[in-house]
Amino acid sequence: MKYLSEYRDPELVEDFIKEIHRITTKPWTLMEICGGQTHSLVKNGILDMLPEKITMVHGPGCPVCVTSISVIDEAVFLAEQPNTILCSFGDMLRVPGSKKSLLEAKAEGADVRILYSPLEAVQLAKQNLDKQIVFFAVGFETTAPANALSVIHADQLQLNNYSILASHVLVPPAMEAILSDEENLIDGFLAAGHVCTIMGMEEYYPIAEKYKCPIVVTGFEPVDLLHGILLAVQQLEKGEYKVENQYTRYVQREGNKMAMKTIHDVFAVSDRTWRGIGSIPQSGYEVNEKYKSFNARLKFKIDLPVAEENKECISGDIMKGLKKPKQCPNFGTKCKPEHPLGAPMVSSEGACAAYYHYASNDTDLN
Amino acid sequence: MCLAIPGKILSITNQLDETFRYGKVSFGGITKEVNLCMVPDAKIDDYVLVHVGVAISIVDEEEAKKVFNYLKDMGEVEELETPNP
Repeated sequence: MKYLSEYRDPELVEDFIKEIHRITTKPWTLMEICGGQTHSLVKNGILDMLPEKITMVHGPGCPVCVTSISVIDEAVFLAEQPNTILCSFGDMLRVPGSKKSLLEAKAEGADVRILYSPLEAVQLAKQNLDKQIVFFAVGFETTAPANALSVIHADQLQLNNYSILASHVLVPPAMEAILSDEENLIDGFLAAGHVCTIMGMEEYYPIAEKYKCPIVVTGFEPVDLLHGILLAVQQLEKGEYKVENQYTRYVQREGNKMAMKTIHDVFAVSDRTWRGIGSIPQSGYEVNEKYKSFNARLKFKIDLPVAEENKECISGDIMKGLKKPKQCPNFGTKCKPEHPLGAPMVSSEGACAAYYHYASNDTDLN
Repeated sequence: MCLAIPGKILSITNQLDETFRYGKVSFGGITKEVNLCMVPDAKIDDYVLVHVGVAISIVDEEEAKKVFNYLKDMGEVEELETPNP
């Protein structure tokens, strides 16, 4: 190996673990926001290394998991329109809608394509002027600049056959929803590193202050995560509640101004329903008035009934930290990655799928 | 899904205007066309952090290689080879 990363150095990992054990005197519950962090924590066995007093709760930061069943129904509706190509990130295809998933719609003949980037969807629109191209624009703040850019591109190319189904979700309102819940268990947050690469840290200061809750912007590697946990526990043990930045190599306090400008050019903040949590005011992005001709909801006049979530799936309790995946009676039996009852079992970043793939039965993750 | 991977800018391929600034970016040998408009200061040989085809930040070269090797070991680079972000 030419470059041995210090961020996965076992000795450094061990040093961090020892330090966390050394300073922890009281029980603390921390939530990592991002599904990528959940994936890394479970895959690297970090949960087993932490002191028993520290509980990690896996937050709602997986867009596949929090996209509501009604939005999946909208995507399926669009995919089934004549002469239409519905483009999506791959993970969204297997998420069950109220009647079917996008994958099932595809099997029945709908033209559903998996793309790496929304910008590829604009190219597809350019090459297929006789077809309508819709991009299923899910994601947190990290993904919003790319989705916004696709609309700006299409506008500049004067393409009238491109639109997006926006289902964007925002981190800070979800944190507030969790912290203000009567059953809240969370003492501190690891904020999502790449979301903060885009948005910076300003939004988090009032939240830390209001709820007296430490927030540490944290990366995704084992050493990043342990460093973030250590910083959060240090604050909790001292009774502090500051916003700290562990992920300094990628995150600046002011964020990426060009990316934020692009987002605000195309999107307006809107209410959003989160799967398993419910409606959170001002917690999403919708295409704004200026670019409304690129809003698939308006273009295709979508008017579907609000669909009920599958009652057998306890994803809401899991994302609030009230239950662990293995406490679900359907975990690994009726609900598996091949046949998911709910979204957290679909995405590799969903807590249920991460536990299914990586957590061994002899760990104390139950 | 907010996974972002650092890669090295090999060339600027298209610069019609600010929005249409693209570059060829190498991720340890796999080359992809990446939109560079969020990183107006990025130049050839810089490492950029790339998420769904858009560079979102310029990263320090040494840091980039460290992170990249880590992700490579974790098997995350497979995502660049399949159309699944």
